[in-house]
Amino acid sequence: MELLSGADMIARFLQDEGIEYIYGYPGGAALHIYDALFRQDKVKHILVRHEQAATHAADGYARASGKAGCVLVTSGPGATNAVTGIATAYMDSIPMVVLCGQVASHLIGEDAFQETDIVGVTRPIVKHSFSIRHPSEIPEVLKKAFYLASTGRPGPVVVDIPKDMTAPTERYEYVYPKKVKLRSYNPVTRGHTGQIKKAVEMMLKAKRPVFYTGGGVVTGKASEGLTDLVKQLGYPITTTLMGIGAYPQSDRQCLGWLGMHGSYESNMAMHHADLIIAIGARFDDRVTNSTSKFCPTAKIIHVDVDPSSISKTVRADVPIVGPASSVINEMISLVQGHKIAHPEALTEWWQKVDGWRADREGKLYEPSKPGEALKPQEVIEALCRVTRGEAYVTTDVGQHQMFAAQYYKFDKPNRLITSGGLGTMGFGFPAAMGIKQNYPDDDVVCVTGEGSFQMMMQELSTCKQYGVGVKIVNLNNASLGMVRQWQDLNYKSRHAHSYMESLPDFHMLIEAYGFTAITVTTIDELEPALERAFADKHELVFLDVKVDPFEHVYPMQVPLGAMRDMLLSKTERT
Amino acid sequence: MRHIISILLENEPGALSRVVGLFSQRNFNIETLNVAPTEDPSLSRLTVTTVGDDRVIEQITKHLNKLIDVVKLVDLTEGNHIERELMLVKVKALGSARDEVKRTVDIFRAQIVDVTPSLYTVQITGDAGKLDAFLQAMAPVGILEVARTGVSGIARGDKVLSL
Ligand SMILES: Cc1ncc(C[n+]2csc(CCOP(=O)(O)OP(=O)(O)O)c2C)c(N)n1
Ligand SMILES: [Mg+2]
Repeated sequence: MELLSGADMIARFLQDEGIEYIYGYPGGAALHIYDALFRQDKVKHILVRHEQAATHAADGYARASGKAGCVLVTSGPGATNAVTGIATAYMDSIPMVVLCGQVASHLIGEDAFQETDIVGVTRPIVKHSFSIRHPSEIPEVLKKAFYLASTGRPGPVVVDIPKDMTAPTERYEYVYPKKVKLRSYNPVTRGHTGQIKKAVEMMLKAKRPVFYTGGGVVTGKASEGLTDLVKQLGYPITTTLMGIGAYPQSDRQCLGWLGMHGSYESNMAMHHADLIIAIGARFDDRVTNSTSKFCPTAKIIHVDVDPSSISKTVRADVPIVGPASSVINEMISLVQGHKIAHPEALTEWWQKVDGWRADREGKLYEPSKPGEALKPQEVIEALCRVTRGEAYVTTDVGQHQMFAAQYYKFDKPNRLITSGGLGTMGFGFPAAMGIKQNYPDDDVVCVTGEGSFQMMMQELSTCKQYGVGVKIVNLNNASLGMVRQWQDLNYKSRHAHSYMESLPDFHMLIEAYGFTAITVTTIDELEPALERAFADKHELVFLDVKVDPFEHVYPMQVPLGAMRDMLLSKTERT
Repeated sequence: MRHIISILLENEPGALSRVVGLFSQRNFNIETLNVAPTEDPSLSRLTVTTVGDDRVIEQITKHLNKLIDVVKLVDLTEGNHIERELMLVKVKALGSARDEVKRTVDIFRAQIVDVTPSLYTVQITGDAGKLDAFLQAMAPVGILEVARTGVSGIARGDKVLSL
């Protein structure tokens, strides 16, 4: 029998759970735990410079690896600083366990120093949370936390740990719990066979089908199956922003992604479809535009692990509750050996879809002319070429995010790492840091904007401490571009506080941390600068790319319209 | 439509706040709420009445089911059920009104459980409609205080809500 203090149990549990990195920041209520981590060397603690960055770093790692990220913060301000990152993970269903120090049990409720009811604060943005009430329950609670975070529809779990629970003087028996039992939590393992059969029948009979797949396929590790199924049927597929890469974008059947800034052909195909096969997507308002005008002629098959996602905003004709992977596999076996009922209709449908695609080819944006400011789109296209489309690309939030998603071509899942649901500026850089640490030999690049980068740029110091060689491409338009775009479109170009008046000299800023910065202003400088940036995998390089501040992101759905109602450029609309 | 949803809930600190929080977070409405431990000390039974169309009720039950602390749930209004609420009311009882109140109490099969020279405390059980009717009947006499438990309910027949 092994007797351990609560703090040592936490360190030991993390080892036994196979956690390699934990991101955190110390403080009074967490010090017993920090001491326990110090006295071991299996779990590596990464000291960030702001707790929000700890959650984003763990989140980035979780998105890239499919495993739960882990965070440790102290009580009060440490925990509240983590809130934005917890909400970010929650909105995108990312597995994460956040361990929060708390004031000692006897002080709880007394407004003690650095006391915050963090379980209360985070209640609406966690999958579940626990408060430790006795040190002996630590192994079991932690096991439950990791289990809940990473099964079913994944999400963040908060564990609140009062300081006395980790006191070095109190020791209890430690056994690593191999299994968990939660009587009220039984995530579905497969969909209803009858419903799947019905869905497949509709799929085989469809005349204008479209697959619409989302983050659930990525987190559900169902990309291979999806690719198989879509190829077998020969139907067009569009993904959500979160689902990018689940089906190879370079394949002819892939129409790109859909929604507010999705591709013209995706939105047109959705609008005209007679069958939508939605898998692991949640009919988010940034996808559907006005739900009352959404896809007027389509029947809808909706597969999701989370029953509450089904028929939440758009009614499903064939709901299937189940994990993407097993449902897709069942669909594949049902499709095999069957022919589609209307091959001639499908040919016609493809002619239409290809027509939409051809309509916009070469018209997506106007490349810069010699002497003009660079277009952000051409920067992303060059980035994609230089990294052969194989990098992990994280983004912040704004125009640069949309350009990164539109112009980088992703053939693998988990490669575009972006805050889709919450839209958190500041996410990209720490997320890239978390990924690079776990995938040191891969290219990891953060596409950011000068506004977003300044929200988390303190993490340069963390990258310096741990030698994290991420690349940062700052699409510097000297403005909060996305805000400015909305002001151009809706407020007669009154640019209320969307202009960054006093930007730092990013070159000097980066050099202050001992890193390399390259400023790019012309097209001739662009590719050489990118080549230089990616030459050494282990060096942090920052590209400050001055881009056209007047550029807008298009297509852009017209508010309150249907899927097909889009602005296509500053002068064209559908 | 009005629905009565009964839930078996882990008897854990914070469990109730998750249920209540869900309603406010997602803009669902709570008309009444009633919660107490069951014969199994690890479980509470919570009954909530809410109003919404089919889509909203479907969302409410799905989201409730998603809460880790919710062990089991039933929408009692989907079948035959018994609905009860208990109410304690202090009503003015002066002069001729004293008899008048007593008669009404009898009609409603309520009971007077406490008296003072100027008021009666009445206990009444029934469905929410009956309690409302009683309050309406007492309004002219003068209602001084009302304490209602909120609706509790159970399915008729062999159906049971248990683990
Ligand atoms: C934390 C946070 N605050 C505010 C916003 C609203 N917002 C969305 S995009 C944007 C502008 C981002 O500017 P920048 O990072 O420079 O990117 P750009 O649009 O210029 O490419 C803002 C303020 C947000 N998404 N996140
Ligand atoms: Mg900007």
